[in-house]
Amino acid sequence: MNEAQKRSAYWKANLRLVGQCLVVWFVVSYGFGIILLEPLNQFRLGGYKLGFWFAQQGSIFVFVALIFFYARQMNKLDKQFDVDEE
Amino acid sequence: MDLQTMTYWVVGATFALYIGIAIWTKASSTQEFYVAGGHVHPIANGMATAADWMSAASFISMAGLIAFLGYDASVYLMGWTGGYVLLALLLAPYLRKFGKFTVPEFIGERFYSKAARFVAVFCLIIASITYVIGQMKGVGVAFGRFLEVDFEVGVAVGMAIVFVYAVFGGMRGITYTQIAQYCVLIFAYTVPAIFIALNLTGNPIPQLGLGSSMADGSGMALLDKLDQVVTGLGFAAFTEQKGTSLNIFLLTASLMIGTAGLPHVIVRFFTVPKVSDARVSAGWALVFIAILYTTAPAVGAMARLNLMDTIQTGEVGTPDGNLAYAERPEWFKNWETTGLLKFEDKNGDGRIQYYNEANQAFAEQAEQYGWKGNEMITVDRDIMVLANPEIARLPNWVIALVAAGGLAAALSTAAGLLLAISSAISHDLLKGMIAPDISEKKELLASRIAMAGAIAVAGYLGMNPPGFAAQVVALAFGLAASSLFPALMLGIFDKRMNRTGAIAGMLTGVGSTVMYIVWFKGWFFIKGTEFAANTPDNWFMGISTEAFGAVGALLNFTVAIVVSRMTAAPPENIQQLVEDIRVPRGAGAATGH
Repeated sequence: MNEAQKRSAYWKANLRLVGQCLVVWFVVSYGFGIILLEPLNQFRLGGYKLGFWFAQQGSIFVFVALIFFYARQMNKLDKQFDVDEE
Repeated sequence: MDLQTMTYWVVGATFALYIGIAIWTKASSTQEFYVAGGHVHPIANGMATAADWMSAASFISMAGLIAFLGYDASVYLMGWTGGYVLLALLLAPYLRKFGKFTVPEFIGERFYSKAARFVAVFCLIIASITYVIGQMKGVGVAFGRFLEVDFEVGVAVGMAIVFVYAVFGGMRGITYTQIAQYCVLIFAYTVPAIFIALNLTGNPIPQLGLGSSMADGSGMALLDKLDQVVTGLGFAAFTEQKGTSLNIFLLTASLMIGTAGLPHVIVRFFTVPKVSDARVSAGWALVFIAILYTTAPAVGAMARLNLMDTIQTGEVGTPDGNLAYAERPEWFKNWETTGLLKFEDKNGDGRIQYYNEANQAFAEQAEQYGWKGNEMITVDRDIMVLANPEIARLPNWVIALVAAGGLAAALSTAAGLLLAISSAISHDLLKGMIAPDISEKKELLASRIAMAGAIAVAGYLGMNPPGFAAQVVALAFGLAASSLFPALMLGIFDKRMNRTGAIAGMLTGVGSTVMYIVWFKGWFFIKGTEFAANTPDNWFMGISTEAFGAVGALLNFTVAIVVSRMTAAPPENIQQLVEDIRVPRGAGAATGH
């Protein structure tokens, strides 16, 4: 691969990863916390109704995990495509 | 030691700490003034970002909103945290790679246009000024309640403290004081929450306590108990959805996109050494934010339950089921003197009835009990956090700590906003447009003068808040969401995006959002100049003015893409610039050249 092809492959891999992360981001907040609130509220997590838990607790925990996951995967991609910082 | 002396000591000690840090962190170059020299550790930056982000509204008002809105307040919880995912994945690493000092600077260079830079400066200043007014007000309120000094004196003391570390230390001073302020505010927020959770559920961790059973032996889940208590008095159930799903969806989206587009948050990621640091630092920022944001629902729900139980002591409708006014607790009296709690004995029975009189069915039933209307005529939402330690009978040092925490939250956010404003003036307007040949030494002096000026303006507006101060926060998020975020994102992800498209998009986004707000709230929020009443029936598809930012952003994206495809591609060197910011390698420290 020449330099331009390498960069383009790196960018595509990045976009794929961003897309996957944003799907999760959307599903836990807009999906579980808003659109599917009523059906999920039929289930319980301890004293929480499940949909309510996602809206006020769960989505936030997932957001944190997502950013660290993305940062780790990107560090791997940076190395794999040899574009990491010295 | 009495409460007031204790509060003076605690608040005084934190202020001494901030000034100590200011002396230690004087900025000696523009790089230090704008981006703290560019070598802040990612975890330290995360902590500073958390303090920068969490304002008086997060610290004081959010739990109160949750207490009274219940599920519907989830929009703030998800909206103000989910934005960090967008920031980490779509903006922060690339803007860090670009390696300049300000957000408008990126827009100006990427779209090879001073006009674009100017539009960005304009949006930044409007968004930041409206925000900072609220912080100054928060400082005045905290001083007024806890230290019993005049509102104006409180604002003036707050201004003086910010002046010391922001004017001399710039971003460097602000960063290290924000770290200290984070520690103060998170300690002040979680300690009362732990006590209250322990008290009500026997579980000291608020996030778990909220999902536990009551410790009163009933074995009932706390949230079920709360639903039962509030519906028993005619209020909507705590965990139930009240607004429409579309509006909740769009409001969450507006807050998320707005969060990711707020310049004072974005610039914090210019202070870390590397691109990979910018990514992980956003994660740390959200960890530190999440500690407060996942505690807030517990504080809100438990404070509401405590409040209801204090007043409705027995079964609803029984003659002695309500608290006698003469027997009201000490904290009740304290907050009555501030006017944030108000009682009026409408049926003259000497007891307090607190229920939802707007609920027709329940109001009729209440009449049969001999109740003549809701007697708690004012219950200010903010006291849910401020009075919390008193309601839970916590020791005086905890109450003093809450005062220091509220001040830390307000001052740290104010400083971040003031830096964004002053660097837009000295770096984007002066150095970028008016006098490009100015020396670094002169620019540094100009940035200090701009900072001092911004503090004076913010202080003046804090003391004389325009009537619309509370409402314009929606405008700040709307502007950031509809103008800056799409322009930044397209600048990175769409190589074909050109000057014409970006400017057309920004103007469409801002124009539509401002028009929508003006349509229902009037020019400059002056009553009588609006075109239609601000009611759900009139709203376009039931979208509230606060939630319109997401629609503005969508319009911005659409117009920008369509217009850019009909006009010439950006020059070769700009396309190269886009290629360059997409890879981490070769990121030096941020510079102004």
